[in-house]
Amino acid sequence: MRREPAIPFPHRTFLNNVPITYTSNEQIEVYRFSVPVTIGVPLLALFLQAFIPLRFPFFGMFDLPLLVVIFFAVARRNPVAGLLTGAVIGLVQDSLAGQPLGLYGIAKTVVGYGASSLGVKLDVENAGSRFLVTIFFYVVHEIVYFSVARGLVRLNLHWSWPHELWSALANAIVAVLLFTVLDRFKQRT
Amino acid sequence: MENIVGRYRNVTILVAILFAQVLGLAIQVKRSSENSSTRLIRVWTVATITPLEKGIVGLQSGIAGIWHNYFYLRGVRQENRDLKAEIEQLRLEQVRLKDDAEQARRLQLLLNFKEQFISRTVAAQVIGSSGTEQSRSVYIDKGVRDGIDKGMAVITADGVVGKVVQVFHSTAQVLLISDQLSGVGTILEDSRLQGVLRGTASGEVVLDKIMNDEEVQPGARVLTSGGDQIFPKGLLVGTVSKSSHGPESFLSIKIKPAANLGKLEEVLVITKNEEKQPSLAEDAAPVRAVDVLAQRLPSVPDKPKVDPVTGKPVDSSSSTKPGDSAKPANSSTGASTNQTSTITARSSSQPSTTTIKLPSATGSNRPGDSAPAAHKNGNGLASKNETSAKPSGAPPASTATTNPPSPAIKPTHSVPKPAKPQTDAQGTGDTIPAQDVPQ
Repeated sequence: MRREPAIPFPHRTFLNNVPITYTSNEQIEVYRFSVPVTIGVPLLALFLQAFIPLRFPFFGMFDLPLLVVIFFAVARRNPVAGLLTGAVIGLVQDSLAGQPLGLYGIAKTVVGYGASSLGVKLDVENAGSRFLVTIFFYVVHEIVYFSVARGLVRLNLHWSWPHELWSALANAIVAVLLFTVLDRFKQRT
Repeated sequence: MENIVGRYRNVTILVAILFAQVLGLAIQVKRSSENSSTRLIRVWTVATITPLEKGIVGLQSGIAGIWHNYFYLRGVRQENRDLKAEIEQLRLEQVRLKDDAEQARRLQLLLNFKEQFISRTVAAQVIGSSGTEQSRSVYIDKGVRDGIDKGMAVITADGVVGKVVQVFHSTAQVLLISDQLSGVGTILEDSRLQGVLRGTASGEVVLDKIMNDEEVQPGARVLTSGGDQIFPKGLLVGTVSKSSHGPESFLSIKIKPAANLGKLEEVLVITKNEEKQPSLAEDAAPVRAVDVLAQRLPSVPDKPKVDPVTGKPVDSSSSTKPGDSAKPANSSTGASTNQTSTITARSSSQPSTTTIKLPSATGSNRPGDSAPAAHKNGNGLASKNETSAKPSGAPPASTATTNPPSPAIKPTHSVPKPAKPQTDAQGTGDTIPAQDVPQ
């Protein structure tokens, strides 16, 4: 008697025509990165984030350090590594911006943890899922940042949904391109 | 317990990290006046990032310099011609402004007025930004080793940029006037209304604390008032772009900054401000021998009468006090007549000669109306041989006998020919040291 396959592999669902793959723990690909990449890529992102807006002020709407946090967190699929990466990059970004240390630190810690936890459960290797994940975490990042800035530091920030959504969209497009480039630095464990 | 911690290890670490950061934030907010607790982290970050920025900016400047100085020279001749024409215009303007400045200095001196002077600046290049829309600041390539300190004003040729908030070894962070934490004491140029300029969360610049019952027109220029003790008085900040009644009792005024804050490249850091009384001797033309002599002589003899037929003096021993005899301005210059000393005044609007008696800072002759014509030589430029109207740098008390004239009135001096040949014997108006003048 012929045996039927237990569960179709991989099981795919379609959400807005974007394939998101459910994976089991056995099928998770965990990546690691070399030390130069681990240090150099975040530093390069911070440098570009500080340098490019001088020539192109509109670039201020992008958040390259956030995209790097999402990428590393998703690729490593380790929540502790993700939140630590987010915390360090966020704190460095805070110190460059001259604002109290912790505003970006807290926001990126949450994003790092969330992205790596999501990476455990979902396959975020394709462009569509990366696009959606980036939009989601950009909005989460901004909400956490604004909450902390207004609630703890009493900064008078102006929240605008259209602006935030447009920024999220722009960052998601950049993320898809950036992640494709950064994929080259992945090393299988 | 170990099982619980082990089971929720990730969440525990997350909570611990977040708690530590919230605690750190709370400490920083509590000590908002000092950043010493986080200084080390900032120094490390800046020391890591800014060298790269400096390198890129230096490379960029080098390439741009080679391109602009050696390859891209199209239209330079035409530009040179235009600039020369502009220089001619500016020279004429300078003559008028010089007279205005002299008049202003005299008035300030009379009023015992103290003025702020920018006595030292350091040019710096912008090498980086904060990288976030929430904090509007830039980094410059000058720091402690260049004499930069916290609280120093930063400007460009166009207008005010901001102030230094963090200083490192070779870099400094400048908070722009568009940041919501910044504040500049300002005054409207025409109406003299004072307000506080500050940034908003969206990066706009607004003028606050001007009452609703005042009227502010778009286009009005906004200057620094000097009240904040950071920016010297009178620097251009921007122009009013929109003015409307605010929700409270103050007007809602939007300002367009004069400096392009979005594309800063080079800036000036004001490292030293001085407050002093203006001196009449400042910026004066070199002191001429004839001026010194005319002041130091106890009584200035009048010019001898000349026989119109023979051209010789009629009575060389006769002398009168200055002012008693007036002579036409166009017949006497200090250089050509060197037998006697007379102090006369000449005005293009008043052809007749006037004896100088009192400071006429409030005189009817407006410097801008007639002075340039009086100063021009045949080329339409300021004449080098004109006699300075200044009392040769003497203290104000000494000007009691020879008070400074109206800016439009220029005295001419003629003094006895000195015995020593080195004391400007030819009357050419050459400068000699005051101590060499015979007493």
